[in-house]
Amino acid sequence: MIINHPLLGPRDASEFTYLGDANLMNRPDWLSENASEQFYEYLYLRENPAGEHCELWYHEQGDRSWLVITRNTLTNEISKVELARELERSA
Amino acid sequence: MTQKNRIDGGLIDRNEPISFTFDGRQFEGYSGDTLASALLANGEKLVARSFKYHRPRGIFTAGSEEPNALVHLRRGAYLEPNTRATVAELYGGLEATSQNFRGSLKHDLMAVTDVFSPLLSAGFYYKTFMWPKAFWEKIYEPIIRSSAGLGRLSGEEDPDIYDKGYLHCDVLIIGAGPSGLSAALAAGRSGARVILCDEDFRFGGRLNAETFEVSGMSGTDWAMETIAELAAMDNVRLMPRTTIYGAYDHGTYGALERISDHLPTSGNKPRQVLWRIYSKRAVLCAGSTERPIAFGNNDRPGIMLAGAVRTYVNRWGAAPGKRVAIFTNNDDGWRTAHDLAAKGVEITAIIDSRECAPLSAPAGAAIIMGGQVVDTKGRHGITSITLANGQQIETDCLAVSGGWNPNVHLTCHQRGRPVWRENIAAFVPGGDIPTGMMVAGAASGELTLASALKQGHKTANSVVKDLGFKPSRKAVSKAEDEPVEVSAFWHVKASKSRAWLDLQNDVTVKDIKLAYQEGYRSVEHLKRYTTLGMATDQGKTSNIPALAIMAECTGKTIPETGTTIFRPPYTPIPISALAGRSRGKNFRPMRLTPSDKWAKEQGAVFIETGMWMRAQWFPREGESHWRESVNREVKQTRNSVGICDVTTLGKIDIQGRDAAEFLNRVYANPFLKLPIGKVRYGLMLREDGIVMDDGTTARLGENHYLMTTTTANAVSVFRHLEFCAQCLWPDLDVKMISATEQFAQFAVAGPNSRKLLQKIVDTKFDISNKAFPFMACGEITVCGGLPARLFRISFSGELAYEIAVPARYGDAMIRALMEAGEEYEVVAYGTEALGVMRIEKGHAAGNELNGQTTARDLGMERMVSKKKDCIGNVLSERPGLNREDGLSLVGFQPVDRKLELKAGAHFVAKGNPANTENDEGWMSSVAFSPIHGHSIGLGFIKRGHERLGEIVQAADPLRSRNIEVEIVSPHFIDPEGERLRV
Repeated sequence: MIINHPLLGPRDASEFTYLGDANLMNRPDWLSENASEQFYEYLYLRENPAGEHCELWYHEQGDRSWLVITRNTLTNEISKVELARELERSA
Repeated sequence: MTQKNRIDGGLIDRNEPISFTFDGRQFEGYSGDTLASALLANGEKLVARSFKYHRPRGIFTAGSEEPNALVHLRRGAYLEPNTRATVAELYGGLEATSQNFRGSLKHDLMAVTDVFSPLLSAGFYYKTFMWPKAFWEKIYEPIIRSSAGLGRLSGEEDPDIYDKGYLHCDVLIIGAGPSGLSAALAAGRSGARVILCDEDFRFGGRLNAETFEVSGMSGTDWAMETIAELAAMDNVRLMPRTTIYGAYDHGTYGALERISDHLPTSGNKPRQVLWRIYSKRAVLCAGSTERPIAFGNNDRPGIMLAGAVRTYVNRWGAAPGKRVAIFTNNDDGWRTAHDLAAKGVEITAIIDSRECAPLSAPAGAAIIMGGQVVDTKGRHGITSITLANGQQIETDCLAVSGGWNPNVHLTCHQRGRPVWRENIAAFVPGGDIPTGMMVAGAASGELTLASALKQGHKTANSVVKDLGFKPSRKAVSKAEDEPVEVSAFWHVKASKSRAWLDLQNDVTVKDIKLAYQEGYRSVEHLKRYTTLGMATDQGKTSNIPALAIMAECTGKTIPETGTTIFRPPYTPIPISALAGRSRGKNFRPMRLTPSDKWAKEQGAVFIETGMWMRAQWFPREGESHWRESVNREVKQTRNSVGICDVTTLGKIDIQGRDAAEFLNRVYANPFLKLPIGKVRYGLMLREDGIVMDDGTTARLGENHYLMTTTTANAVSVFRHLEFCAQCLWPDLDVKMISATEQFAQFAVAGPNSRKLLQKIVDTKFDISNKAFPFMACGEITVCGGLPARLFRISFSGELAYEIAVPARYGDAMIRALMEAGEEYEVVAYGTEALGVMRIEKGHAAGNELNGQTTARDLGMERMVSKKKDCIGNVLSERPGLNREDGLSLVGFQPVDRKLELKAGAHFVAKGNPANTENDEGWMSSVAFSPIHGHSIGLGFIKRGHERLGEIVQAADPLRSRNIEVEIVSPHFIDPEGERLRV
């Protein structure tokens, strides 16, 4: 696969390591009432869609950017690549 | 020996004869021959024995789809099994031997299996050899394995070099036949960067096998002219002997280039290169493959695909027979008759399964329309054929054509499905082919020459236009379209004898029918049950006819029956090529410590830790056992002073206004109040509450910290920190970089460590206990001005320091330290002594931080702050991780002090049987303690801290041991930590 890095242009996927669902960026608030329930869901209940999936990749053999990549898990088509640090977080 | 079947013409160089041997016999061929064409020119028909029944087999095709003619090439460590003779280029001194027989190829003792063939039908080994059960592994399977099969391996390491490479292009053209050459011309003329690959050593594809004309010249001449034009273009790279074996995501293709397979030796060149080609677009011009018709005894040597017979005659001037018969269901078979007759080969008969008017035929050939071959005769080679009407025709070569299959393989590598096209009775590429790929020529189902040239031209022009290049105005080369009418005909129903579909795996029509009878419907199941389409040829000639027969059985159409999934590689790829240079000590990179050279001079024994080579111990003269060296290193360190290279520990430099806040969130224990010039132990959890890593972090300045990690987790911790900084808390002002390799770091441990260091550290820096107490750190200079960092931390439990200097001074530093320590009889110690001392001190390490243990298990639950947000603290409170009978880390010593403890033993309460139910924990680390004079261990046991003094069993059924051990404090030395603070 080729990942079109927002800063560095197209790079081979072998330069990256994969983490998983980009929802990992939305870490719950530790002080919320049901924090342990929220953390359990955050950590263990992730989407695994057949189709478009937002996921985290790390440019380990490159500039060490964490990227949020929108990839179709059926075709590997990548429709969007963004820098994680520039994205809004929902939690 | 004479080349008795060599005839005029062909693309061989008769001025360059080449000698070679086959099964020890000497032959001669010409430059430009393949092993197959040279064998045919010499009249060798029998070249192999079949996989299961050991039937005599000959050359069947003229290309990479060959199912039969597999040979051993070369000898000794260079031996290469299962080489297809049809693609093995002849070179001087080539040695080939046939495979899969006992005795001799001609009188194979294993041919007896053919007599028992009724017992060996599809799935026979699922049905027979069932009893007694124990016989399977010991008797049946070894016999089956040794009697069935392909070639054998040399058993030696491959002495050749293999390499890998990366290429980029605008347009990759796969196949250099008429459509590929036409496409390359158009793309090359536009200025686009083009790569043109073909598996053959000679570009031209079928043009070299046919007698067609292009642009008023012979097809071969046109191909040569085109290649010359392409070779003159700087933007075009020509890659003969290169197979595109897989189509991967985003325009990436795998290619295997055979650099020196065609040479007697590879010299210093790589034998093969595995390329990864990044293309913006690809044009697949892979051509088509002829398929056979199944009839009785259709596997005898001399029965060949009609197109292949024509290829041998036209391209190689080798006649596969003197009196050739043709069995066809299409117009193309007739062309073989004409081409052979033109070269003076006698055509005895043309049998066409179609009930239609005959095409024009060479004089003297019997024409049988609506005819069928039901059987053949000839033990080691065909001698006659029998037709459905009973007529017998003598022949020494039967050319069979069942039509042509477009080579759709690469279009299906991303799960695309081909679609059926009735007019050519074959599958063509479907709509869901890989992004960026276009198909032209026969591969797309356009089986005629003029349309292949046109389509290649047109496709390339549209592709380059799409990429922003200006297509050239030059017109496409002209040719005629030849007749290619075909009427599907798969097998002769009237045949009573076995009719082969898959020659390579000995799968017959009957096997397919049997599989159907036994309930197999899915083609994927059919394939696995009958082994159809497996092994080196992957069913290139057999899959479609077999599908057709399955469709007949089920009453469905062929497209309804469907194909099996095509997966890479298109043709076999040697494991050596996939490995490339990553073999032996180059399997992965090796990292050397800054003191490596010095340690080697000392005769150190090394051990791999991750990618690092670390000194394990430093043997001295007179020491005959590693433990003697280790005991000495431990004792001398504890009594005086020892030095160890600890560069391999991860070092992460962390800076920024929010660095403290950041550390406070990634460590479980508090970090906000660490003063400048101090070091703190840090415990890092994963978000699930399990311990991830531990280490120390030093505060070097207002906003400047240096974290250390374990050697093993240096990479993963750094990745985790970047994740936290970028994905969780991007608002924090913090930046980090790995400094592991930038600093050489040495532990200086033992009661004399300060005295030793005072000789090295420049005098303006006071490192007395008062000025530089336990857990102090600072930036200093040593040896008269060299910047260094000093940390007063201890892993050994002794008064100890770690000193870091820029990595390039590491070698000088170890020498200076050892010299300064001479008066204290300083020792260098390796990872073994390091391990012994940390176990004596009760420090957890990799064996304890194994990804399953919590801070509570390690006795560090009080470190996990409940007053702040940090990774892992919420889930560390889960009830399951906080059970009353949870594990805790304690020490162990054998009741009988002479006994040795073993890591991996499991603890069972005294009196209980040693089984899983009674399992209470395990021994994680053991060492012989030279201080105590006996074996000691660390381990996890339920409620361990409440059970000090209790005797339990350390059961080790794997090593048939069970000894009594006493639970003790994990701190075997200096439990109060006084030594650290003196």
